[in-house]
Amino acid sequence: MEGDIVQMGKFIGAGLACTGMGGAAVGVGHVVGNFLAGALRNPSAAPGQTATMFIGIAFAEALGIFSFLVALLLMYA
Amino acid sequence: MKESSESQFNIHPMDQFIIEPILSGAEVLEWYTFTNQALWMLISLVAISLLFVFGIRKNEVIPGRLQSIAEILYTFVKKMVVDIAGPEGLKYFPYIFTLFIFILFGNILGLLPFSFTVTSHIAVTGILALAVFLFVTILGFVKNGFKFLGLFWISSAPLALRPVLLIIEVISYFVRPVSHSIRLAGNMMAGHAVIKVFAGFAGALGFGAIAPIVAIMAVYGLEMLVVVIQAYVFTILTCVYLNDALHPGH
Repeated sequence: MEGDIVQMGKFIGAGLACTGMGGAAVGVGHVVGNFLAGALRNPSAAPGQTATMFIGIAFAEALGIFSFLVALLLMYA
Repeated sequence: MKESSESQFNIHPMDQFIIEPILSGAEVLEWYTFTNQALWMLISLVAISLLFVFGIRKNEVIPGRLQSIAEILYTFVKKMVVDIAGPEGLKYFPYIFTLFIFILFGNILGLLPFSFTVTSHIAVTGILALAVFLFVTILGFVKNGFKFLGLFWISSAPLALRPVLLIIEVISYFVRPVSHSIRLAGNMMAGHAVIKVFAGFAGALGFGAIAPIVAIMAVYGLEMLVVVIQAYVFTILTCVYLNDALHPGH
């Protein structure tokens, strides 16, 4: 096999790092799903908690972004 | 990097984050070079100043467009601070408003083509998050004395569990500036790098380039939403930490 083992390491590492984003997607969906379930039961209480939902989304999304950042750093830096 | 690995990559999505001097070669001062990051911070500062100076100038009861943008931003942040930190939090409102507006404008100006996103560097967001952390910690000790350490000693938990929770709480308190800064920097860097990667695909495809171009439009729309949400989340977390400093205790 020809090629550069450093390149291969980069590609494999970046691909493995991207599996972290699946967990982040499940987490964000969980937060929003629970918010929707609660909001459809009690629609008048929903607008007061949208701020909390966004904070929850940001926390869950941040970890997915961290894993994407690791993948990008492995590929290109 | 070896030469062969350089030739395999025609796409360089991370090149947009390189900081370089604007007036290359003309080094006026030895200890300061005017870089593209400084230029875009200056542009966002000028934009903020123009928005607020000209927005407030007319001062009509029924606001025109520019005045209503300024008023909406002001009341939005004020409501956020009062809702989360209580009326005592309003003393620190100028700082929180500055954070929100600076991050919002820095992020939005990064969406323009050929621009540089100021907040995509950990250097910038790290200092912002570190400043928030030091501000909140020092404020907590000044306002509450040693009762501020009651933040870590959870009295509503069983006594045997409290030392374990103490360690966990202290660690999570010190991780706050880390996650605060990386969240903003990572979101900005990741979004822009994805756009550049798709742009590289579009460049390589010829007629089939319509698919990456549609993808770029979708990611760009998502980026606009993410930009505003990340500025909002940074500010709302600052308000939550401020509330912890002003009213410690679980």
